[in-house]
Amino acid sequence: MQGVSRRKMLGMLGIAPVVVGVAETAGANIHLGASSRLTLSEQARRRIQEQHLPDIPLITHEGKPVRFYKDLIKDKTVSLNFFFAKCDEVCPLVMANLAKVQKLLGSQVGRDIFMYSFTLKPDEDTLEVLRHHRSMYHAGPGWTFLTAKPDDMETLRKAIGFTYPEPAIDKDKTQHIGNIRYGNEPLMLWSACPGMGHAKWIAETLEWAIHPETNRVQAS
Amino acid sequence: MYFNVFGEKVSKARYREMVNAAKNRRELITAGLTSRRELFKMGLLTAGGMLVAKSGLSARAGQQVQTNNPPSSGQNTSPGTNQNCVPGNQTASPPTRPFVQALPIMPVTRGVSSLTPAPTENPNVGAGEVRAAPFQAPLIDSTRFPVVPSTLYNIHQRQFATSQHPDLPTQTLWGFDDGTGTRSPGPTYQAFYGKPQLTRNTNSLPSITEKNNTGFGMASVSTHLHNAHNPSESDGNPCDFYTNGRFCDQYYPNVLAGFNSDHEPNGDINESLSTLWYHDHRVDFTSQNTYKGLLGFYCLFNQFDTGNEETGFRLPSFPQFDIPLAFADKVYDPESGQLVFDLFNLDGILGDKFLVNGVVQPFLNVEPRRYRFRLLDTGPSRFYEYFLTDLNNLSSQNPYWLIGTDGNLLPHPVQIESVRIGPAERVDVIIDFRPFAGKTIYLENRLNQLSGQGPAAIDSQVAAQNSATTECSLVLNSNQPAILPAGAGNLLLQFRVSGRAVTDNSVDPASNPTFYQLPDTTQEPRIVRTFKFDRLNGQWSVNGQFMDCNTFRFAVRQNSAEQWLLTNLTGDWTHPIHIHLEEHQILSRNRVTPTLPGDSGRKDVTQVHPNERVQLFFRFRDWLGKYPIHCHNVVHEDHAMMALWHVVPAGQEDNINVP
Repeated sequence: MQGVSRRKMLGMLGIAPVVVGVAETAGANIHLGASSRLTLSEQARRRIQEQHLPDIPLITHEGKPVRFYKDLIKDKTVSLNFFFAKCDEVCPLVMANLAKVQKLLGSQVGRDIFMYSFTLKPDEDTLEVLRHHRSMYHAGPGWTFLTAKPDDMETLRKAIGFTYPEPAIDKDKTQHIGNIRYGNEPLMLWSACPGMGHAKWIAETLEWAIHPETNRVQAS
Repeated sequence: MYFNVFGEKVSKARYREMVNAAKNRRELITAGLTSRRELFKMGLLTAGGMLVAKSGLSARAGQQVQTNNPPSSGQNTSPGTNQNCVPGNQTASPPTRPFVQALPIMPVTRGVSSLTPAPTENPNVGAGEVRAAPFQAPLIDSTRFPVVPSTLYNIHQRQFATSQHPDLPTQTLWGFDDGTGTRSPGPTYQAFYGKPQLTRNTNSLPSITEKNNTGFGMASVSTHLHNAHNPSESDGNPCDFYTNGRFCDQYYPNVLAGFNSDHEPNGDINESLSTLWYHDHRVDFTSQNTYKGLLGFYCLFNQFDTGNEETGFRLPSFPQFDIPLAFADKVYDPESGQLVFDLFNLDGILGDKFLVNGVVQPFLNVEPRRYRFRLLDTGPSRFYEYFLTDLNNLSSQNPYWLIGTDGNLLPHPVQIESVRIGPAERVDVIIDFRPFAGKTIYLENRLNQLSGQGPAAIDSQVAAQNSATTECSLVLNSNQPAILPAGAGNLLLQFRVSGRAVTDNSVDPASNPTFYQLPDTTQEPRIVRTFKFDRLNGQWSVNGQFMDCNTFRFAVRQNSAEQWLLTNLTGDWTHPIHIHLEEHQILSRNRVTPTLPGDSGRKDVTQVHPNERVQLFFRFRDWLGKYPIHCHNVVHEDHAMMALWHVVPAGQEDNINVP
């Protein structure tokens, strides 16, 4: 996939299998009507998926087409964040932190937790750029960089709540949300932590998502 | 009016420069502290890049005014939701009939005669106890504070099924069980000064790894007793939490501040507390867990505030005429009717259903006499301004009496038409229903709020234009939040006042009774600390840093006085800031002595409004250990707007950097 042009890449996204993104949203009512056989817990999980985890098509840095919910999120513990290559303020701090977090979590990454970084500028960040960027942070196999059609990426950003209430600021990518969203999808445990915090603390936070049965106590 | 951190008046342009400079500086500091060198090494960062001035947060101070549909459909006894609007991508709740169910009044917590195994001074790790440190109180005075006091409670957090409205299906919630059944709000503690007590809080929620979550909530808990002058190991720290099967013994000495410092041996009577509450405080998940039900009241009495209207201050008798009211706003799935929580929100959450004591829009039958109500805003993010409304006479002013703010009685009752509180704040009020004998009146929230930002102004023109949309957007420059017309707000609670005359032995607030004096605030502070509450790329921060359970930010010298300056740099947001352990008194807001009665007393939560600097006076007495300061908009709190600090003995305070 080396050297795939942006046009080619978007073309690939266009022909990526099916149109689930739209269909799922539109079908919300239909399936809820048919959901009476689901337990309350299953219904709640469905609801989270429909409102916040859209099954949009994406392309990994390796050029592989994937679906957000089905392939990246379902039944997994994950961390999600947004960046773009030419971002010189918040992104480098967050990404450098994630590189440390990856190291701290060790072999759990790619097995117990999957780290995903999404470009906010699919127009600029070609697969080549993603791969280059990825290598700068020494990202291992459990840390995937992804792009999508700009509209789909916007859908995703809004769905996971990385927005400002003020429309002007929300459009300003230099002020984009620097948080790391984390979650354990099957257990419906979702929260977020600041990407600019201490890497050690971020890693500990992500460990709870993997091992929520952890008890913590620390003498003052 | 703009001020620098020293309280000097500056021009608006200068203020903006300061804000920008501070922001850039913070970014540099952050970079330097975390990974700046590495970033250089990676070639991702130039010094110039970091230094480039940018519009930053000051951009928010712009004049964009936008709003949504008319902010309330609350003028109703008609069916419907009394809603403002539903933010973002949330759907509106299904309709519910207002005022068809009675207000639940939480029973008094039932004690037990013994606990097995017996509580131990050191954490009983072998038995499954999760506690940070030995009890402090017995070490100070084992006679007054025995390790096993005579008042014991055996409390379990459990999942339970309950109805929050007859038009909604049964809900699966989390609550507190004192042995008489699980409820939310939990049972109300009736505690007394001079009677230490111990609560064993056991996590009996479903196992966290069972795949039966209802969509939100982390079955990992730490129960905080909010506003208590409590030793840190029993405070319910957000960073000490435990899962199913574990417990924590929490020692509540019920002792006045100063007992082990400047007012030995019994403490300062003017530090008496009355209305406290307990709630889950699990770091990152407090908003979900309290929304799911983990909260309750803790009423503390003494020889003056006796709970008996024939003794002491003669305040209306508990519990018949002294009723705690926990307010909450929530959202239900329009299809399933199940309670839902917006997990993916960073700003703050508003609901379109208004609950009191766990049910949607209840009614309360009252006698034509005086009642004491303890009003608590349980959040997550809504502010309330409470009015009494007679729907048949909307132009009437219906005053009532403010007697306490947060956990504290004011020196004297103050007659008010309304009072505003934010998340976690409380007010104690006295309402005299005699003028309403035979009538139906309402407790109404008339404060306009459209987003997690806090109370908002209304631009009626824009509101009308956008009336077709249902999506919430917000109003900027909300220095003067709008009070909605009488009857157009959120009708919260219906009072059905009976017509027959009854006896009332409670004190008449109009006779201007004296409760306590306000403690002196003239003591020279040992140190003045500045706290800047800000938002950095969507990340809620305190002094440019984020919550981290492994990092203590500063140390306070035990038994010293301090001044804290809380500065809100977030433009249009109001932050209700809560500080554990000690109460504070507000010395000034932007250098002006506060005039609102709600600001005049002792507080544990203070609203810091946009572009405001609030000056607080503190004494940190008696106890040692770790405590947090945090925003009590629990969504902000869960997204790192919190900092940990210590109280340490004199001589040890320099080990940790002072901000």
